[in-house]
Amino acid sequence: MDWTGGYVLLALLLAPYLRKFGKFTVPDFIGDRYYSNIARTVAVFCALIVSFTYVAGQMRGVGLVFSRFLEVDINTGVIIGMIIVLFYAVLGGMKGITYTQVAQYCVLIFAFMVPAIFISIQMTGNAIPQIGFGGTDVNGIYLLDKLDNLHRDLGFAEYTSGSKSKLDVFFITAALMVGTAGLPHVIVRFFTVKKVSDARKSAGWALLFIAILYTTAPAIAVFARTNMIETVSNKEYENVPEWFHKWEETELISFNDKNSDGRIQYTGDAEINELTIDKDIMVLANPEIADLPNWVIALVAAGGLAAALSTAAGLLLVISASVSHDLIKKMIKPSISEKGELVAARLSAVAAVCVAGYFGINPPDFVAATVALAFGLAAASFFPAIILGIFNKRMNKEGAIAGMVVGIISMLFYMLKFKFDWFGGGTKEDWWFGISPEGFGTVAMIINFVVSLVISKFTPAPPKEVQEIVENIRIPSEAGKATH
Amino acid sequence: MPNKNHQKYWKTNLKYLAILLVIWFVVSYGCGIMFVEELNTIRLGGFKLGFWFAQQGSIYVFTILIFVYIRLMNKLDKKYNLDD
Repeated sequence: MDWTGGYVLLALLLAPYLRKFGKFTVPDFIGDRYYSNIARTVAVFCALIVSFTYVAGQMRGVGLVFSRFLEVDINTGVIIGMIIVLFYAVLGGMKGITYTQVAQYCVLIFAFMVPAIFISIQMTGNAIPQIGFGGTDVNGIYLLDKLDNLHRDLGFAEYTSGSKSKLDVFFITAALMVGTAGLPHVIVRFFTVKKVSDARKSAGWALLFIAILYTTAPAIAVFARTNMIETVSNKEYENVPEWFHKWEETELISFNDKNSDGRIQYTGDAEINELTIDKDIMVLANPEIADLPNWVIALVAAGGLAAALSTAAGLLLVISASVSHDLIKKMIKPSISEKGELVAARLSAVAAVCVAGYFGINPPDFVAATVALAFGLAAASFFPAIILGIFNKRMNKEGAIAGMVVGIISMLFYMLKFKFDWFGGGTKEDWWFGISPEGFGTVAMIINFVVSLVISKFTPAPPKEVQEIVENIRIPSEAGKATH
Repeated sequence: MPNKNHQKYWKTNLKYLAILLVIWFVVSYGCGIMFVEELNTIRLGGFKLGFWFAQQGSIYVFTILIFVYIRLMNKLDKKYNLDD
């Protein structure tokens, strides 16, 4: 489930109104709705922080795929990825990215579904993975029961139960969903449609495609996990299949024969466990583990790349638009020519890729965690400002600015403290109420809402024209073309 | 300008939003997280129901919710002559 629920928020609470508003970037909306260049600046910085955090995670993913399948080391992989992403974003521009994204999505779905269907048939005899993973194996045992049993025998938490605290899962899920609805590169997609009703519709279709992928993913995870445990657990290291060694070279699988018996002990007990597997590789490694033909493996690599590249290129576009349009054109130098704006956009894209590449080579944590933090940052900063801007006519610039600043700072503080060991650091035991940095976005979002509402109560209402804008975006008719 | 029709339109829209978001909340946080253990005692073939909701059911419901909203709003736009 995770972030998919965010599309409901997007389609119901954001997309139609932002489209009616008729601007291309989120800082543009915030700057105009809150009649303030300070609000715009705060929004630009939030957009940059969110996008950089996200793109760093993506670059790591791209590097991972290249390193494994071109058999180069992961840093060379990241650099190859940087060049390709830059090529996309600089030459393609907005329209280009929308089209290549559609193409990439088709590759992605194909690449994802083909192996899933193969493996589902192989393991359960059912061609639909979504149903297959609730089915039975050749011995008539339910696959999920089998996996739970394997987990219990090896000393892990039951697969279908999960190991995180309920409160934390609640907060993480909320941060992911709300964050999705607040991610600038996701929102931007809905500005390019023709009509308000199309904005609603396109969110629906987007989720439909995503649903195909995200209902398949848990099935793949179950197949891969079962296969993996059965293939390597308690087997002799000498006899493990080829893929094991290849992934070992990327250091994403590592085996340390603690008791020197030549066998792989894989257990939940850290003392005697000899195998560590990076979670990020499961989807990529799955077809190999299941011993599928080479072309299927290549297909999955292509799909993974398509996914990571298209998102990274979208993010790069947000970053370069934030700098060239929101920052330079709207604030620093309004007289800049269109050509100058384009040059600025390209330069900032190049700079952004370099920074992203640096973080891809020196990753703070594994991919999913970094990306999850980006969702938290988006939830903590934009979401309340946009929602209140639409649904609360009385919300003024003082409230919105204070909310965004307090929201993103508290999220940054928590993330830097517990992920990067700043401000004295801290371990899991020190988490406030047991909430992980990934889930803290929800708390920061609530703080943002409260601060905004309280401050706006004690400061003057927004001017009449702004209140009229709010009336106007609530009505779908007469939406012009989106403008800069 | 705040005109009567626009206000009525907006009220109905808010009503739709409230209903759909309650369903959204119950399915994702209720079935998928809060009452997962209770639901897990019920089985649907190989799936424990709570697990199924968290990994499959909620996504289906999300998709349906959006398409229901699209339908409702298209009708509402027509009714108040506000379709674009």
